[in-house]
Amino acid sequence: MAHQSDLIAEDITAYLKAQEEKSMLRFITCGSVDDGKSTLIGRLLWDSKLVFEDHLAALEVDSKKVGTQGDDIDYALLLDGLQAEREQGITIDVAYRFFSTEKRKFIVADTPGHEQYTRNMVTGASTADLAVILIDARKGVLTQTRRHSYLVSLVGIRKVLVAINKMDLVDYSAGTFAGIEQDYRAFAAQLGFEEITCIPISALRGDNIINPSGQTDWYQGPTLMTCLETVQVDNAALGLPFRMPVQWVNRPDLDFRGFCGTIASGRVAPGDTVTVAGSGQQSRVARIVTMDGDLEEAVAGQAITLILEDEIDISRGDMLCDPLNRPAHADQLEARVVWMQDDALLPGRSYLLKTGATTVPVQITDLKYKVNVNTLEQMAGKTLALNEIGVCNLSLGKAVSFDPYQENRGTGNFILIDRMTNATVGAGMIDFALRRATNIHWQALDVDKGSRASMKNQKPAVLWFTGLSGAGKSTIANLVEKKLHSLGKHTYLLDGDNVRHGLNRDLGFTDADRVENIRRVAEAARLFVDAGMVVLVSFISPFRSERSMAREMLEEEEFYEVYVNTPLEVCEARDPKGLYKKARAGQLQNFTGIDSAYEAPENPEITVNTAESQPDELAEEIVRTILGDDFVYEIPDGTER
Amino acid sequence: MRINMTHLRQLEAESIHIIREVAAEFENPVMLYSIGKDSSVMLRLALKAFYPAKPPFPLMHIDTTWKFKEMIEFRDRMAREHGFDLLIYTNQDGVDQGITPFTHGSALYTDVMKTEGLKQALNKYRFDAAFGGARRDEEKSRAKERIYSFRSETHRWDPKNQRPELWNIYNARVKPGESIRTFPLSNWTELDIWQYIYLENIPIVPLYYSKVRPVVERDGMLILMDDGRIKLAPGEEVQMKSVRFRTLGCYPLTGAVESDAATLPEIIQEMLLTRTSERQGRLIDHDQAGSMEKKKQEGYF
Repeated sequence: MAHQSDLIAEDITAYLKAQEEKSMLRFITCGSVDDGKSTLIGRLLWDSKLVFEDHLAALEVDSKKVGTQGDDIDYALLLDGLQAEREQGITIDVAYRFFSTEKRKFIVADTPGHEQYTRNMVTGASTADLAVILIDARKGVLTQTRRHSYLVSLVGIRKVLVAINKMDLVDYSAGTFAGIEQDYRAFAAQLGFEEITCIPISALRGDNIINPSGQTDWYQGPTLMTCLETVQVDNAALGLPFRMPVQWVNRPDLDFRGFCGTIASGRVAPGDTVTVAGSGQQSRVARIVTMDGDLEEAVAGQAITLILEDEIDISRGDMLCDPLNRPAHADQLEARVVWMQDDALLPGRSYLLKTGATTVPVQITDLKYKVNVNTLEQMAGKTLALNEIGVCNLSLGKAVSFDPYQENRGTGNFILIDRMTNATVGAGMIDFALRRATNIHWQALDVDKGSRASMKNQKPAVLWFTGLSGAGKSTIANLVEKKLHSLGKHTYLLDGDNVRHGLNRDLGFTDADRVENIRRVAEAARLFVDAGMVVLVSFISPFRSERSMAREMLEEEEFYEVYVNTPLEVCEARDPKGLYKKARAGQLQNFTGIDSAYEAPENPEITVNTAESQPDELAEEIVRTILGDDFVYEIPDGTER
Repeated sequence: MRINMTHLRQLEAESIHIIREVAAEFENPVMLYSIGKDSSVMLRLALKAFYPAKPPFPLMHIDTTWKFKEMIEFRDRMAREHGFDLLIYTNQDGVDQGITPFTHGSALYTDVMKTEGLKQALNKYRFDAAFGGARRDEEKSRAKERIYSFRSETHRWDPKNQRPELWNIYNARVKPGESIRTFPLSNWTELDIWQYIYLENIPIVPLYYSKVRPVVERDGMLILMDDGRIKLAPGEEVQMKSVRFRTLGCYPLTGAVESDAATLPEIIQEMLLTRTSERQGRLIDHDQAGSMEKKKQEGYF
């Protein structure tokens, strides 16, 4: 790969010694195909002599076959990795490129500028220290320039290099360059960048890429490569308070108990006091262990193992921190969420949130507003679609430790995971803990669920009936309640239709409203259980994730999912309320089973088949199942059952 | 104390973070050990990640029965010295059917003995995560590969269905039967690997160093006469040449390069001054344009 240093040929050992001191810069390139982005990266690889002869031979063939530069080499073809993309002439994902010079190793996140831009750009930018934003000199600052710059700032990049490309097509005009630079700086003032460098280049001709161009005598600044090689990449996290999420507890034997993790910010040394952010327990660092010997100090970015002086309770997911400067520890927070999945974000639905080494259930309780990435305007919205960004309130199943992302990029981030598909569906940057989480504590009550339940001689529970409209849920639930009532049990039945007349009368039938509908009912059911009651819930509840959310609100063995399994044809033939007819006629939208999905339970506690048995038999069966499950301690006359 | 970590120390820390994360979040991970230089670096990083404990997962070698003899010796020596659990798996169906690189061509042979063998082994032991030493700089289709590469129940890789990866947070959730291939060396380049081997004094298979060896020229490649199973075609003759290998795999498919580089600095020097990429010596990539991408979709590493 022919690095240029003479040292390589003359004194390889001296060269290797010098290489050990090399730093690293990760950057992202933003711009569309038309801006010459791929050409620019291809040119950087080319000019840093990183293109091998066999790649070059392939490139020459490809350039003639599918290139866009006539008989000249099409540098962009060096980059397009996947065959399908190459044939379509587009890149559709984040690709990582590598090159190095005598001074630095570079990792370039290359992302496309078209439809999937937000998802891909945010992904690529999340690990970058600097962004190179391309502007076509003929077009100046465009909507997409603003969009790219906003996304880069959102993800916390503070250094921007604006490459004003295709200067050869505007006769290397100093006036054109100055005009664009002025426009850009005026716009970018609101984005909080620390450093903006504008450079006039031609990626195709190589002007100001590696060497200063003879065509731009009026420009005295650095070339693109000089800038990349010299921009300060001080470890920004180093000046922040000490944070280390514990990834792994290392216990090879009883005498060794080490806490492994990567330092997210700050530094640590033996003798330092550290605190577990969640529990507040403290100890002092006894040793910093690595295979290459104990360290006298470790800093942000290092993957280490800490041994503490005291035996305190620490496990994966805990965060060790500076005792005088602790992170927030809360289960309610506000964050900026970028949505990355075709299925929209639904407030109220339960997702998983992973931050540091912790994964917890989470609900978006409120979508405060969406941000238009082109105009930066705030817009109202009920859901977030693919590539949309929203400011949300989140409610977590368990408190986590974090810092605001603006203050600490390493401890203020998270991803969202769909509980059913396991896909990564969103990324988030935490703004702050909500006051209600930090200031409103659970009131401990003397009369609790157990005392209320024992007064009623019963074990509180939820029977959650799910199934299609017309499956027979309400009929069976009604019979079950009658039977339980006759046994002296205190019950309450929450019926889908009835609840929609009151508690949920503001909700419609979109996916988002269905999720909220179920969330409220699940919360209501939980309150009844807390009161010691047996609750029967009869709701279509078509989505698995909401039913599992309801399940998780309760203790184990308090939740019985009852799947009223009646085939669609049977329900439709019954059609007790004439709704199927209306839905088929197109008069009723979002009707479950017709134009809205029903996700059957995977492991229900009870399944009943109404096509085969009579409702009364089924109700009897359910009651017997529950009684067999030690549902009822004793019947009212006091005899054991 | 340096304020800024060097590029090698940053890469090292990133890899250790990934290895620990996989060990913490998966039920049953395995490290695929191919015995090459990248595997040697990956093994060193795994040892560092859990020191003073041993890595909490076994190593596994998919033995096609056509690896260089010196690779097998080196593998067994490493297992002895570090005392790690080593699983060795061979696709016995392929052996029984007499599939060899000489008789069935590189494409079919690789598919049966490597790709199929790997799938069988992963199924047999029900591994839900497998570490591999692949790097993004190796080949164009690898540039977009994730660090956690999601595979379906049939081990297929779907380029359109990979999870976005942000910061250093990895999504480890899989359903039963699904798995993740994880690449802790994703951001390393060939040069980084060599510099690290040099810096850390990591042992590697002696075949990487030049020595006078018996080779035969075939299809434009120099093939080592590693054992008696290679038969000379009419007109072919064994030559004694000073050669070494830039990558290691199955000896009938791996070309040697003529070289006098007998020390690590000389190897690095040669690599820096050379004009061809390391994969050029691999027959497997040459079959057709985009061939690596196709193989990956079918479950090749």
